[in-house]
Amino acid sequence: MSKKEMTCIVCPNGCQLEASFENSGPGLQVTEITGHLCEKGPVWAEQELTHPVRTVISSVQVDGGDLPLVSVRTDAPVPRNMIFDVMKAIKAAKTTAPVAIGQVLIRQPAGTGCNIIATKNISTRIS
Amino acid sequence: MNTIKHDVVVIGGGPAGLAAAIAARKNGCKDVLLVERDKRLGGILNQCIHDGFGLHKFNEALTGPEYVQRFIDEFNSLGIDSMLSTIVLSVDGKRNLYVSSRKSLTRIEAGAVILSMGCRERTAGAISLPGTRPAGIYTAGAAQNFINLQNIMVGKKVVILGSGDIGMIMARRMTLEGAKVEAVFEILPYPSGLARNIQQCLHDYDIPLYLSTSVIEIHGKERVTGVTVAGIDKNFKPISGTERYVPCDTILLSVGLIPENELTRGAGIAIESRTSGAGVDDAFMTGVPGIFSCGNVLHVHDLVDHVSDEASLVGEYAVRYLDGEIKTPESYIRIEPRQGVRYVLPQKVSGMRDFTLSLRVTTPSRDRAVWVKDGDRKVARKKLIRLHPAEMIRINIKKEKLQGAKMLEVSVE
Repeated sequence: MSKKEMTCIVCPNGCQLEASFENSGPGLQVTEITGHLCEKGPVWAEQELTHPVRTVISSVQVDGGDLPLVSVRTDAPVPRNMIFDVMKAIKAAKTTAPVAIGQVLIRQPAGTGCNIIATKNISTRIS
Repeated sequence: MNTIKHDVVVIGGGPAGLAAAIAARKNGCKDVLLVERDKRLGGILNQCIHDGFGLHKFNEALTGPEYVQRFIDEFNSLGIDSMLSTIVLSVDGKRNLYVSSRKSLTRIEAGAVILSMGCRERTAGAISLPGTRPAGIYTAGAAQNFINLQNIMVGKKVVILGSGDIGMIMARRMTLEGAKVEAVFEILPYPSGLARNIQQCLHDYDIPLYLSTSVIEIHGKERVTGVTVAGIDKNFKPISGTERYVPCDTILLSVGLIPENELTRGAGIAIESRTSGAGVDDAFMTGVPGIFSCGNVLHVHDLVDHVSDEASLVGEYAVRYLDGEIKTPESYIRIEPRQGVRYVLPQKVSGMRDFTLSLRVTTPSRDRAVWVKDGDRKVARKKLIRLHPAEMIRINIKKEKLQGAKMLEVSVE
């Protein structure tokens, strides 16, 4: 059996978790998780040990907006090892003002199954 | 100069000012004005594009712009007045504000004033960084503004001094934007930001964090070329023989925040040395009757959710002051930080209402309790598994517990 210390990233509490798991045969089996203050901790830890995911946050260039960039995020967490693939798609993208919060700017970047959505309202620049 | 009158005037349109203005309106004040120096509402959250806001308040991990938009939408739907691109030049002790916009200078006579100007970052000058002064040295928040709002990349090879949350968040942001972040150096033996940010901003990207280590010299003439770092002993002196050179073109500073209290001082309001904010009572009223303070200008918070909650209360108290319900009491019960406590807020209470005591500890520890005592009598006690200076502790105290109290003392035991 293996043990691993982890910092839960679900909320600002940042609980120090200790996970016990078996890593033989049909993939990783979590046997015990301790140190969590809430029930989200064990769920997160199991996910983190089997296939870690993260929400990717960045920004996309906007033409004709009151700001040159609109902040964006993935609408669901993506596999951690695909963060830089998602970033590549974000950097290549461009949009036009106006932009509304929640608007889908990129569909399924890098085949992840998530969308890149705007997190800020951008109005058209009045020149 | 034009003179106008408003019942409640809020200075600053960030999360604190928005929540205060909304609460003032919802508590029955029809004449609320918010003054904001930027051209858009939202304050610093406009550039805090990372997620993790609103977990307490909305039970969702929102980004900064999404979090603050909820308040902007409510502010607008309530039809609250605002003056954007307008800076408050001064406030006096009689609640007169002098404000300047591009077109005019205006005097505002306010029934009540809510100070919610936020805070700013400690700079290289403020921490006396040794070495030259080349280009390439930014506070983490300035870099965040350039990158997230203005689409200007600030460097390629980065060293971060200080382990504040904004510094760690910028370490991740710059890495995603293609920069190489060499390391984060923290002079203290423990990190000053949240544990989750060490994981998701540093460990995820293999960025090392060196504790008890600091920059002892900056190199470069036109542009930063590198830094010399060294281990730091417990007297904050560099340990000889531990120096090493780290090449870099950019230094980000994440070494603390300072409440922005120039207007507060100008109004003759006393500033507490422990919080660098106004001293307030349990209605968040400063030493000048009718002037209230909330958010990061009062004390630096770690969570915006708490800023919003605090500011909502202050909006309500400002209205109750106008209604004559809140007055300066004949005497106050003082609250004093003792063993293990860096600061408490409020610093004094009337004893006439329930209140939330906010405090920070001086050093990290585990399995302790925060005690609030009146002499030998227990007023409140909160047991905590983990105590850290980066995490504000809040304790709700009922007014019934304050009967006959002379002074409250708060300690970690």
